[in-house]
Amino acid sequence: MTTDNHSKEVAPLSDPGIPEHVHRRTDTDPKAAKKAERQVAILFSISALGTVLFVYSYTFMSENLFVFLPVMGSTNAKQLFLGLGMAISLFFIGMGAVHWAKMLMPDNEVIAHRHELRSEEVDREDFVKTVKEGAAAAGLGRRSLIKRSLGAALGLVGLTPLLLLRDLGPLPKDDFSKTSWEAGTRLVTDPGDRPIKPSDLEIGAVAQVLPELPNGKVRKLEDIGKDAVLLIRIRPEEFQLDAERLSWTHEGIIAFSKICSHMGCAVALYEQQTKHLLCPCHQSTFDVTRAAKVIFGPSARPLPQLALALDSDGYLVAKQPFTEPVGPSFWERDSA
Amino acid sequence: MNFISRYRRSKFFGPALLAAALFLLATSYSVASATTFKAVTPTSDKTTLIAEGKEIFARGCSSCHGLNLEGGAIAPSLIGVGAASVDFQVGTGRMPMADMSVQAARKTPVYNEAETAALAAYVASLAPGPAAIKNEDLAWERSGDAAEGGQLFRTNCAMCHNFAGQGGALTQGKYAPSVMGAEPKQIYEAMITGPQSMPVFSDKIITPAEKLSIIKWIKTAEAEPSLGGASLGRTGPVTEGLLSWTLGIGGLIGVAVWLASKAR
Amino acid sequence: MSAKERAAGAVANYVDERTGAAKWMKKNLTKVFPDHWSFMLGEIALYSFIILLLSGTFLTFWFDPSMKEVEYEGSYGPLSGLKMSAAYASTLHISFDVRGGLLMRQIHHWAALLFMVAIVVHLLRVFFTGAFRKPREFNWLIGIGLLTLGIVEGFLGYSLPDDLLSGTGIRIAEAIIQAIPVVGSYLAYFVFGGPFPGEVFIPRIYTVHILLLPGIFLALITVHLMLVWYQKHTQYPGPGRTEKNVVGYPLMPIYMAKAGGFFFIVFGFTAFLGAVASINPIWLFGPYTPAQITAGSQPDWYMGWLDGLVRMAPPLETHAFGHTISWNILIPGLIIPGILFTGMALYPFIESWMTGDKREHHLLDRPRNVPTRTAIGAMSLTFMIVTLLNGGNDIIATHFGLTINQIMWFSRIGVLVLPPIAFVVTKRICLSLQRADRELVLHGKETGRLVMLPHGEFVEIHEELSPEKKWTLTQHEQLPPLEITQENQAGVRNPKGLLAKLQQRASKAHQEQIEKPSAKDVIELGDGHH
Repeated sequence: MTTDNHSKEVAPLSDPGIPEHVHRRTDTDPKAAKKAERQVAILFSISALGTVLFVYSYTFMSENLFVFLPVMGSTNAKQLFLGLGMAISLFFIGMGAVHWAKMLMPDNEVIAHRHELRSEEVDREDFVKTVKEGAAAAGLGRRSLIKRSLGAALGLVGLTPLLLLRDLGPLPKDDFSKTSWEAGTRLVTDPGDRPIKPSDLEIGAVAQVLPELPNGKVRKLEDIGKDAVLLIRIRPEEFQLDAERLSWTHEGIIAFSKICSHMGCAVALYEQQTKHLLCPCHQSTFDVTRAAKVIFGPSARPLPQLALALDSDGYLVAKQPFTEPVGPSFWERDSA
Repeated sequence: MNFISRYRRSKFFGPALLAAALFLLATSYSVASATTFKAVTPTSDKTTLIAEGKEIFARGCSSCHGLNLEGGAIAPSLIGVGAASVDFQVGTGRMPMADMSVQAARKTPVYNEAETAALAAYVASLAPGPAAIKNEDLAWERSGDAAEGGQLFRTNCAMCHNFAGQGGALTQGKYAPSVMGAEPKQIYEAMITGPQSMPVFSDKIITPAEKLSIIKWIKTAEAEPSLGGASLGRTGPVTEGLLSWTLGIGGLIGVAVWLASKAR
Repeated sequence: MSAKERAAGAVANYVDERTGAAKWMKKNLTKVFPDHWSFMLGEIALYSFIILLLSGTFLTFWFDPSMKEVEYEGSYGPLSGLKMSAAYASTLHISFDVRGGLLMRQIHHWAALLFMVAIVVHLLRVFFTGAFRKPREFNWLIGIGLLTLGIVEGFLGYSLPDDLLSGTGIRIAEAIIQAIPVVGSYLAYFVFGGPFPGEVFIPRIYTVHILLLPGIFLALITVHLMLVWYQKHTQYPGPGRTEKNVVGYPLMPIYMAKAGGFFFIVFGFTAFLGAVASINPIWLFGPYTPAQITAGSQPDWYMGWLDGLVRMAPPLETHAFGHTISWNILIPGLIIPGILFTGMALYPFIESWMTGDKREHHLLDRPRNVPTRTAIGAMSLTFMIVTLLNGGNDIIATHFGLTINQIMWFSRIGVLVLPPIAFVVTKRICLSLQRADRELVLHGKETGRLVMLPHGEFVEIHEELSPEKKWTLTQHEQLPPLEITQENQAGVRNPKGLLAKLQQRASKAHQEQIEKPSAKDVIELGDGHH
């Protein structure tokens, strides 16, 4: 930024114009130009080598070969060299082209003029005239009957695609309030489908549970998405529940819907010492001793509790269906 | 004598003398303060083992857990935790705890195998609990099914330990540690004892055979090299996004700066 | 004429006789483009899009967009014999049983991440340099459209393999749809063809992902580029550069080589990432089932801010007259993003309303010369960064020894407090930089060389700036704030009322500047001053 001898004399703070062009070494020295040309050729040649590496890896390298590299650790050689071959073959074409442009193509700055984007007055007037004449010829302004009936027709035809989409899905009806849990449905392990006795659970234990399937029925993901339940056993004296909710537990065993009341992720993180359930999606935290009351995070409702009982064989069963819809809220949801 | 008189005016003499004195002081302190842990040889004499365990316990654990294992404000009761819990906690170095933080972290064990066995025998003698497991008793390689183990892991473990067993966050600074590098018996013992925040996975809920499959899957995942390149921590999209914002666009902008700069 | 020239001439003649191409080719081959690295950010996005089209087409030859349950029989051991959807199984097949399949999957996903990063940095460059001003408002709107569609396209794309992580994301998307008042439960059933997850979601988003959205992208990108072509690219201010010219290099051969070369560089670099960095290892996630979840469940980074907003939302839900409205989902999931993106889209119009400037602009602004706009940009960026970080709060907690509860509270408060602080700090920094520029122009650059004058005083030698540099630092326009008559002489109040008052105040705040040095100042200072 020295006071440049090459600058023209200008009035203070006015535009001195484009600075004088500075030539590159390759412009003035033919040896430098030849060197640059060789460099471009080398770059393109590296690209070719990359393609060779790609073809070799694809055709000859074994799928089960693993190489150890710093930072990357042990990795699949075929996948690595296929990728590197492809990367090199592409990258160095670009490098060669750019180096060629920078070093050898003329780098004199060129000036082009911007024309105002606004059309000429004559063109604008002609345009307005054309549109006005065209509109008058169509006669929409005068013939309001045509205008109104056209509007109605176009509006109505828009209904056809909307109506066609009706069969995208069934109506929900009361699906949201129903799960597979009925009075007497046995709780079974997920996976394994084994029924559970209270003695199977120690204090501090947790079990991932699903409703037992009637014979021949196949479990679908849609069912799992509402039926998944978490079974937890704590010391009975640690519950802080009202009488009704306490009656839904059995000897310290309590069951909650695993589907988060916030946005439906599986709430399965159980902290044994604090008796808290954590949903890893948005960190809603539920207190097991207080019927999964929300103690932190964005969920606005506790997890629905499933009432437990024992059947005649001593296995844990649901005493009744869920008393509220499981999962995230929706407009028609009535209970708090 | 000649050596000292020749060099005592050298500008390095003072610092060298100081360094020598410090070295002598430090090494003599180390030597003087060294205590030998009496090497406890494994003994088949159970009563001796329990007695040794009691002694180690009184020395190293009772200050928090109480002389009768009753626990207190800062440590839980150890009654009924069983030899398995002791083997796990002491064997992974979690106990004795290094400092009073929200969670005991895995570290280099303080007690050797024999001492750990003594402690376990002592704790187990006071109240029945799950027995310690030996690595050689777990036939996970032979009878474990990695695919089944993966399903079990994803249903029962991934919500805390992450899909690849890399660990994850719990509330208030607690965390589920990475399961990579854990010994098979430690994985098994953790499942049956439910250490700290981890719940208990009873044998009727996850059967012993299923537990072996889980161990098989963990060991398979551990040994599996990252198949697509550098693994970026196997923690998911966060590290991937970080890489695209640093190396990704950084590298491309670097090239762009070179591309648009005037050649000399 | 050589044989090659004759052959080329014959081809050119053939085409021209049928299309009249010579005329517009001649005009366009000599088109001038200004050269600056920050003008290449949009190119990175464009080339990433092409890479996505190419790699994506490859993937469609093997991907099966079906949710029908199959038993896995491929070569990846740890999933052997497990039941999974055909979509997941076909993705495993591509990864392990198609040579180069995993590489192409990874190139496709890295290109998607880079596409979104490039769009954002390109948006930032356009915003901070004021390239959205007239006549480029349409292009800005198209750009915002591309950003929004890019987010959706990426989300749909990584959900196609139907793995545990992306399936969790779909579950959350379904909850947002379900939470919409009145129509939510119906919309959710229509989108998923019944209860979640159903069997039609993956096939449907496949059509959107490979046909509908790419088609819209192609159309929007074409218009976007045509506008740039026709309106000519903006340029940074400097000596010889005016509102009425473009100074740069011609398309042929310079830009064909540089831009064409850059395409290969971007492609090669993306392939490099695909070779050395594992991305979306779906075989580790396992197939999706609603009963499973992984610790550290996050969407891809460009949706991380949405996740962060949802995580920090207070647990607000209202129950009235038998109906529930989940504000804790609607506000962070739909309302705030709606306000943000609408604000972004309308910004060019808001700014021209504030400044009253209705002229064409082709010279870019130096960000320091528009302190209020730069501060607004910094404020928005701060908001996005806080929400983005909160989206990864569990990963940050475990890696930096913090708690998720601490980070959550920091974000809840920070998202309200930090953006205004960023605004104030940025505006003050810009004004200080303007002051520094003024000093530079009037007094020259400090050289650090001291000279003792004959009478004993020490002075630092200042080097005068070159006329080129002085011009660059002072060429910008400093518009005065708008003078909007609130009440004319007859006592009639401005019919725009409150809006007019608001415009007056906004203009005054927006035009806060440090007065740039004028020619008069320079002359007054005179020579002989170091």
